[in-house]
Amino acid sequence: MPEQFVWGMEVFLNGLMAGVLYALVALGFVLIYKASGIFNYAQGVMALFAALTLVGIMEGQVPFSHLINAIFGTKIHHFGWHAPALLAILGTMAVMVLLAWLVQRLIFRHLVGQEPILLFMATIGLAYLMEGFGDLMWGSEIKKLDVGLPQGINLAIDEFTYNIFDYGFFIDNLDIVATFIAIALVGALVIFSQYTKQGRAMRAVADDHQAALSVGVSLNFIWILVWSVAGFVAMVAGIMWGAKSGVQFSLSLIALKALPVLMLGGFTSIPGAIVGGLIIGVGEKLFEFAIGPMIGGATENWFAYVLALVFLVFRPQGLFGEKIIERV
Amino acid sequence: MKKLGIAVVAAVMAAGPVMADLVFPSLSYRTGPYAAGGIPFADGYADYFTLLNERDGGIGGVAARVLECETGYNTEKGVECYESTKGEGALVYQPLSTGITYQLIPKATADDIPIHSMGYGRTSAANGTVFSHVFNYPGNYWNGASGAINYLLETNNGDLSGKKIALVYHNSAYGKEPIRTLEELQKKHGYEFLPLAVDHPGQEQKSQWLQIRRERPDFVLMWGWGVMNQVAVQEAANIRYPMENFIGIWWSGSENDVLPAGEAANGYKALTFHGVGSDFPVFADIQKHVVDTGKAAGAGDQIGTVLYNRGLYAAMLAAEAAKKAQSIHGVAEITPAMMRDGMEALEITPALQEELGIPGFGPNFSVSCENHGGPGLVGVTQWDASAKTWSLISDFKPTDTEVIGALIEEDSTAYASENNIALSCQ
Repeated sequence: MPEQFVWGMEVFLNGLMAGVLYALVALGFVLIYKASGIFNYAQGVMALFAALTLVGIMEGQVPFSHLINAIFGTKIHHFGWHAPALLAILGTMAVMVLLAWLVQRLIFRHLVGQEPILLFMATIGLAYLMEGFGDLMWGSEIKKLDVGLPQGINLAIDEFTYNIFDYGFFIDNLDIVATFIAIALVGALVIFSQYTKQGRAMRAVADDHQAALSVGVSLNFIWILVWSVAGFVAMVAGIMWGAKSGVQFSLSLIALKALPVLMLGGFTSIPGAIVGGLIIGVGEKLFEFAIGPMIGGATENWFAYVLALVFLVFRPQGLFGEKIIERV
Repeated sequence: MKKLGIAVVAAVMAAGPVMADLVFPSLSYRTGPYAAGGIPFADGYADYFTLLNERDGGIGGVAARVLECETGYNTEKGVECYESTKGEGALVYQPLSTGITYQLIPKATADDIPIHSMGYGRTSAANGTVFSHVFNYPGNYWNGASGAINYLLETNNGDLSGKKIALVYHNSAYGKEPIRTLEELQKKHGYEFLPLAVDHPGQEQKSQWLQIRRERPDFVLMWGWGVMNQVAVQEAANIRYPMENFIGIWWSGSENDVLPAGEAANGYKALTFHGVGSDFPVFADIQKHVVDTGKAAGAGDQIGTVLYNRGLYAAMLAAEAAKKAQSIHGVAEITPAMMRDGMEALEITPALQEELGIPGFGPNFSVSCENHGGPGLVGVTQWDASAKTWSLISDFKPTDTEVIGALIEEDSTAYASENNIALSCQ
């Protein structure tokens, strides 16, 4: 088999894996947009904040320690414990639920019925606020995130493909874990939205706010629920990306990777986020592999948007988005 | 007692004119995606001036004042910081960003204020006949590229022919800086050169490291910054690339860049133009006069880290240039123009480093009107993951001035003709 073809297959598989990671970020956007019509600019920062909180709890870091020390002249930094990963994840989830409640209570409750652009601008403000708040709460140094996820080459795949192609494929163990987690996450979201009372209420709000209100669904509760679920998804994305680079403020920039996925998959579809992520992941990796070396490389950022725009020419609402027909 | 106090103050005021401060602006970035790198540098810069004030009573008897302005590593904010602080009598600017440096070069030159872009910025600014107000001693990016090649030559019996060297670089003006030098050196030493661009910010580098795995370069060099560094080190570990063959520029060689990868980063190397660790007398003085007295810029926990040391070194070079300016002009309260003269006459000797409590911390060098870039001596450091320390594994050694000098001449004279700059130092 030609060498280029075998390498192309390896790139294709790695593109799929990268696509899963992009989809994880895009999922959070979709959840909030679907339920409330808000494009949450702060989704990337939520992933950062969740990851910072997770490491902070695991390492027993005292929140706001720099501030406390500056005001009171103390030298406290740690509680002296190291919490197990599972406990820290539960603690982080509680913080994200509290955050969702605060966001709803302090911001969006006052903006009900406002133009979408105002809601979007409110999320921009929220992003900057959370970034600064996260910095103040947990410090801005880069933190190692170790929740026990495996990293590095998967030797079984390497050996298996070597026996077939005389070339061992590189697949990162972390990407394999991310794929299983993404499948479980989507499965859980589908079960939650289809088979639970709260899930059905969430879908009702997503379909029609007014109709849902008229049958007694609490808009406040649903929005808090949605922001909490988006916070959970952000935490999962934060863990996966944070395991690669350490937890640091650049983590908020992963949102940039989700935008072409959303454009391609549609802003309102969970399957769209997954399929969009996979298409973007595979597309950008194959383009970089085949064309990149001819034009100086580093094509992935812009090619993802080109790919999304090409799809939009044929389906303006995205692959799985809702077609909006406005009759005059 | 109160009357006595008033009398003392009055006597001091009557004894001589009120001394103004020597203002050293610090265009820091303590917030944003690059804060982890900006904070230790800013702390080191501020702490050294605090030490001089507390221990020595300032510089030549005049207190140093660090005027900090937050740029967030953003070029526009950096220019705003320059405009808002230059009126305070700023003596020298350390822009701490190649983008900000490029913007400030014409402005600062027109305002007669010197710039010190230490190990970054416009490399050809080393030509003092064109860039009268810009200094980039003791080394620049092209010295870095040549230093890496020289180190590889030294560790490969002086022969790199037939070897393949990849460059993983940030796809920006900064990241592209070493390419021309490495291409010129390729002609001289006969290695194969493989440049691999990484898009900003560098969180996703799978394509580049798959290519490295396929093409199996003998050595990988890196010009990265921020998250790109941490991801690259992790990806190299993932594909089991031998870390001892992976060398980063000095902006890819701090504790921040290797700690997230844990044990897997062991053996990774980085270039440097200053010492590592805290085993120098000056750090004991900083602990005693600055940290223990509660006057440290940060929490005091960054002392001895790579970027803290770099900030301290930048402050030390600025303070020594100020002393030189005071001695040239015979006044304690120097102006930015006098500071420029001091920078151009700066001389760092072994005796001076010993006296400052940093023996052997940096290369020995002197600056001249023609040469604002210093000698371009480059050292190599290596990371020990279990001890969590960097070690200097080579001396500060010369780089290929023949190749670099020609490139500097070419680039700077082109800049001079584009901007109608008359050559100085005639």
